[in-house]
Amino acid sequence: MEGKVKDPNRDKVVLDKPLTMSLAPHIRSCDTTRRLMLDVIIAMVPAIIGSVYFYGLQALVLILTSVASAVVAEALIQKLFKKDIQIGDLSAVVTGILLAFNLPANAPWWIAVFGSAFAIIIVKEFFGGIGSNFMNPALAARAALVASWPSIMATYINPDGITSATPLAVMKGGAGVESLPSLTRMFIGDIGGSLGETSALLLLIGAAYLLIRQVINWRIPVFYIGTTAIMLLLLGVSGDLIIYQILGGGLILGAFFMATDYSTTPITPLGKIVFAIGCGVLTALIRVKGGMPEGVSYSILLMNIMTPIIERFTRPRVFGGAK
Amino acid sequence: MRLDNLTFKGGVLVKDRKDFTRDKAIEKAAEPSIVRIPLQQHVGAPCKALVKKGDKVKVGQKIGDSEATLSVPVHSSVSGEVIGIEKLYNPEGLRVDCIVIESDGLNEMHESVEPKGNLEDLTGEEILAIVREAGIAGMGGAGFPLHIKLSTSLEAEVDTIIINGSECEPYLNSDDRYMQECPEKVIYGTQVIMKYLGVDESYIAVEDNKPNAISSLKEALKDNDKIKVASLKTKFPQGESYRLVDAVTGRKVPQGGRTKDVKTFVTNVLTAAAVRDAIVEGKPLYERVVTVTGNGVKEPKNLLIKVGTSVADIIEQCGGFNGTPGKIIAGGPMTGNTLFTLDTPVTKEVTGIIVLTEEEAAPVKTTPCIKCGKCVEACPVYLMPNVIQALSLKDRYDDAEEYNALSCVKCGTCSYICPAKRPLTEAIAHAKREIRAKRKNS
Ligand code: SF4
Ligand code: SF4
Repeated sequence: MEGKVKDPNRDKVVLDKPLTMSLAPHIRSCDTTRRLMLDVIIAMVPAIIGSVYFYGLQALVLILTSVASAVVAEALIQKLFKKDIQIGDLSAVVTGILLAFNLPANAPWWIAVFGSAFAIIIVKEFFGGIGSNFMNPALAARAALVASWPSIMATYINPDGITSATPLAVMKGGAGVESLPSLTRMFIGDIGGSLGETSALLLLIGAAYLLIRQVINWRIPVFYIGTTAIMLLLLGVSGDLIIYQILGGGLILGAFFMATDYSTTPITPLGKIVFAIGCGVLTALIRVKGGMPEGVSYSILLMNIMTPIIERFTRPRVFGGAK
Repeated sequence: MRLDNLTFKGGVLVKDRKDFTRDKAIEKAAEPSIVRIPLQQHVGAPCKALVKKGDKVKVGQKIGDSEATLSVPVHSSVSGEVIGIEKLYNPEGLRVDCIVIESDGLNEMHESVEPKGNLEDLTGEEILAIVREAGIAGMGGAGFPLHIKLSTSLEAEVDTIIINGSECEPYLNSDDRYMQECPEKVIYGTQVIMKYLGVDESYIAVEDNKPNAISSLKEALKDNDKIKVASLKTKFPQGESYRLVDAVTGRKVPQGGRTKDVKTFVTNVLTAAAVRDAIVEGKPLYERVVTVTGNGVKEPKNLLIKVGTSVADIIEQCGGFNGTPGKIIAGGPMTGNTLFTLDTPVTKEVTGIIVLTEEEAAPVKTTPCIKCGKCVEACPVYLMPNVIQALSLKDRYDDAEEYNALSCVKCGTCSYICPAKRPLTEAIAHAKREIRAKRKNS
């Protein structure tokens, strides 16, 4: 081979620094984990404001305590495990808010501290941190709280501050429409229940935001709520009570904000549907046949455990199939 | 049949960044004083040089050819003197022999460059020979020898032709501008292909973010009911040929297959125009339209560039770098290659030269996978990029193969969309290499 040929043209445009070499693609979307989590937080703001409106400052104190403990717990445990401190991704904030949403508004502050720490340390970080945990941290923590302090976790107050049975408990007792709050009150959230679950209206505003921003996909909430309604009917719940069943407990919160959690639900499109149907069937079964009036959180937790199996059987079929 | 809003399942909306050059008409690039013409600019066997140092050459003269079936000749893009053969990196990053020609600035045409006669009088065999002799290889970036694609498609009795003007890669405008400025050339080329394949109906498929291209094609086709303009929903990677065939015809190319397996022939608009040039003007493929663009270059342009012109020459006539360049990409930003030297010559396959600034080229921070499923939802081949990536990083290539890693078309969609900024496409490409290497060895 002959040597380099001199080029009078060369060296007019020169590089001062070496160019970056990399494999394609060379551009990325502006979505980040932090941005997605921020969107989830934004979507929960209406319900947060609603909870303060309905239950007063004690709700805000509970939410803030819960968030602060979740973030501190995550920072501490990551430091202890000598991992990168990842509180900047805001996922601990989301867990903190969700945990608070699942507490009765009059729960003592230390319940929030304990619950958040349990959610972050035991359920999330012990299993590898963000993306690797297999159970929804807020729901698992709630289950732990129910097991440890059943009476605190089962005493709900109405917005007027009086301890009372939730609409689901009323229905469980066999009562009909006449003994339930009006539909408007149920939709707005002027009923008893845990702190963030009662206002379907405010939760749905947030859910619409998440759908528009494509943070969540419609499949899980639609199939979950739909299956629950159908199963309740099949199990003999009378038709006029179905809407109360949908609005009365944690179904809206669960279907849009917890059954859509990324790491604990199937990643495959078909798997998401299977997961949601499973949640719906279990929720209806627990509500009608089980010992408790509400079954959303246990249903989601049970299906979280099924997720790896669902994923295995719902792998997408590759484009074009076999030759 | 529906001809608008056609699309495929999966994919992603990408910010198109085409405004740099959307309204810039195609200009002829300045005459290079020296060209370095790679002896391989296509898929297949490299050419052998037909000229040596000291030889005088003219524009359009064949200077390299090969006896291998899968190969196309290369031609001189200038008139002047061969001053040597040099090894250089081509845009794909491979070291290849290049014939170095010093231009005399006269642009004397070679005698072989003359009209090849009326299309009606040409036989299929003659058409095929003209296409081969003109050195035409896929100009959308793939570089597959066109005459081979034509003859195998004829054997497969394809019944549909799609001319690909989707140009779904961000930044690029070369196809768009060409369709606006020379629709009749694209159409003529399409007619040649239709005649060769004996196919009666064909489509020129364009993404709907190019309304001007669509209207100028439609205008040029108003008396022609054999060629139809199909408008596609703008979504990446619509221009990838299997996704294109799916969108236009609904046919799904089987795994490991080719578009001819579903009786469809696909080629890029500029390639079709090159076929026209080869027949009507007898002009071989020695120049092409390239979009030179990005924040890192002062005056983005759509240039008609002679093959063998160095990237340095091109950057210079686009006003030079805008600040310190971070990355230079040959091709589109989703699938193109990065260059590390400005000596790199432009080839038949280079659709664009994109200069990113230092900030744009800075590596992004990778965070843990959050299992959001966006990559699975967007993969146009319906793979699980997150899983294959994780397997690839653990060197578990057999398992990666079981997850159909080989079907990945390296479109870049998964890496683009991943909020955790994981290098999915990159890791899958690695797994593909390992799997192929293993197959070869066993
Ligand atoms: S897009 Fe990224 S974060 Fe989401 S599942 Fe795929 S690899 Fe994980
Ligand atoms: S896995 Fe391959 S085909 Fe699928 S999106 Fe990623 S790069 Fe494209």
